[in-house]
Amino acid sequence: MTSILTNLFDGVAYGMLLFVLACGLAVTLGLMNFVNLAHGAFAMTGGYVCMVLVNRMGWPFFAALPLAFVSSAAIGIALERTLYRHLYTRSHLDQVLFTIGLTFMSVAAVDYIQGSSRVFINLPAALQGQFDVFGVGIGRYRLMIIVICGLLTIGLQMVLAKTRFGSRLRAAVDDPRAASGLGINVPQVFAFTFAFGCGLAGLGGALSAEILGLDPYFPLKFMIYFLIVVTVGGSSSITGPFLASLLLGIGDVAGKYYVPKMGPFVIYTMMIVILIWRPNGLFGRTAAR
Amino acid sequence: MFERKIFSRTAAVAAIAGLAAVAPAKAEDTVKVGLILPMTGGQASTGKQIENAIKLYMQQKGDTVAGKKVEIIVKDDAAIPDKTKTAAQELIVNDKVNFIAGFGVTPAALAAAPLATQAKIPEVVMAAGTSIITERSPYIVRTSFTLAQSSTIIADWAVRNGIKKVATLTSDYAPGNDALNFFKQNFTAGGGEVVEEVKTPLANPDFAPFLQRMKDAKPDAIFVFVPAGQGGNFMKQYAERGLDKAGIKVIGPGDVTDDDLLNNMGDAVLGTVTAHLYSAAHPSAMNKDFVAAYKKAFGNRPGFMAVSGYDGIHLIYEALKKTGGDTNGDKLIEAMKGQKWESPRGPISIDPETRDIVQNIYIRKVEKVDGELYNVEFATFEAVKDLGKTKK
Repeated sequence: MTSILTNLFDGVAYGMLLFVLACGLAVTLGLMNFVNLAHGAFAMTGGYVCMVLVNRMGWPFFAALPLAFVSSAAIGIALERTLYRHLYTRSHLDQVLFTIGLTFMSVAAVDYIQGSSRVFINLPAALQGQFDVFGVGIGRYRLMIIVICGLLTIGLQMVLAKTRFGSRLRAAVDDPRAASGLGINVPQVFAFTFAFGCGLAGLGGALSAEILGLDPYFPLKFMIYFLIVVTVGGSSSITGPFLASLLLGIGDVAGKYYVPKMGPFVIYTMMIVILIWRPNGLFGRTAAR
Repeated sequence: MFERKIFSRTAAVAAIAGLAAVAPAKAEDTVKVGLILPMTGGQASTGKQIENAIKLYMQQKGDTVAGKKVEIIVKDDAAIPDKTKTAAQELIVNDKVNFIAGFGVTPAALAAAPLATQAKIPEVVMAAGTSIITERSPYIVRTSFTLAQSSTIIADWAVRNGIKKVATLTSDYAPGNDALNFFKQNFTAGGGEVVEEVKTPLANPDFAPFLQRMKDAKPDAIFVFVPAGQGGNFMKQYAERGLDKAGIKVIGPGDVTDDDLLNNMGDAVLGTVTAHLYSAAHPSAMNKDFVAAYKKAFGNRPGFMAVSGYDGIHLIYEALKKTGGDTNGDKLIEAMKGQKWESPRGPISIDPETRDIVQNIYIRKVEKVDGELYNVEFATFEAVKDLGKTKK
């Protein structure tokens, strides 16, 4: 019984992590209709920034996390202004070729600067180990992930649903021409959203180093997972990817625990079944725009 | 017009043939070694260590042997067997190499095997560790190790040291399965019991569920084989889940505590017992010099891949010395058989029958030495052959 709860806990933590990593992609792909395969590169950047700050410069882990967010967001906005915006109106194939090229460049660059071996971020002792709650093993680090990611999700949902910026963004996405006619600065809204998505990826990258491992091939290795989250969740809101991440996280952990021989297939089987059942994802728009 | 064209073409061909006829005269004085290594991709650290070690060896010993200049041509295969094959083909056909060497993973070494046989040139395997490799071509020689060597030894050690119940966690590919099978065979023969057996996918991001399963099985120890790069993640999550506090030890072949990554793994790894061919802490004068020179040249400590590369190039040098610079593949292979020398890892030799390496396997425990984590050797099994073949 207790191992079921421990697995559930691990699954939720894993799912939350996937969500933070992938939700930026859900925004660019779903809201801005831009295929950004370089999303993982921003996550990796955040991870490496955090690693350098903590391991080499002695920053505390919790101070380095916001910096991981900021640096990825800054790189995101710089690239958006210089490169990405020229591709918004191009075909998806062009976007795919451009961003996959960017991914390969980021892999080579990090490999050159930091070397190809895996790196770890030195964690404070308070985040290491596990404690027991009624016999259920709770990993401290995973608990922290759940708290941070849970707060972020609530915050994001509030911003999108309740604030003026949220309604501008939704308007810009629904009909960019009408929105700019109403005086909304659409490129600015998109740039800000893009940067925020990159920042979240950076934060996710920093958080995931401990669990997923951080090396220069991170963007390629986890691209599939990000895409699964977005396709399964549907990309019209952030609730979809959130639930999809949780489902996949729990499914993956449970599958590996209970049927280790089939473990790696569970996540893909779930994706196929869900996509047959709902081709636009769990919360996709059924009607074409 | 048409005929003229043909004529000019023949002339061009003749000219090229002429050039080609001149070239070998120069090539007579050089021996070319085609080094196929993963320099990019997840196995890149293997490739870099081997390349570094070879550079170091050639700096120390000079680049001429038996009156010939040794030239190294490095090709990157990113550990993808298709690319290995293409690279080997190019090296043999275009560059006319006298040796092919390197091979970061088993599939890569196997992909090149038929080419070595066809071209009749030695294939020196410096990393890949599955037993069958040397059986795939009479031209294959190995200077790294086989997983059977370390896995059977750690099984014997476990049986003798009161470990009765073991859960296994191995990567699901050829070397992982080799490690698992040889361990199981010796461990159960010695009276041990394997209570849980998990194979993890090669590209495995999160060990958590597998480790939870291990924990719930309550074994005395976990036998682990994961490719070198994943060892760190495994050890971290092992500690996070409190398996160390539950008294479950980690044992296995030494890949999990590879020197390349060991120092970054954190204190959770302390006390891990592994069987392996090399530790940077091996207490011989030769190894101390080797580690110091390697550190000075490349800024980090050498791992077992580096030492395998170092011995690989040494074997090539020695074979050339013995043939007096003759580059006939059959003669070189004959010259390599039975070679014996002192390596930074200890005394080693090439088995004349299997062309595989015979070496000491050391039992080591991770300890802190001068503030850094090292595999400290405390027991030695001498001159271990590849048991994966002798049993057949």
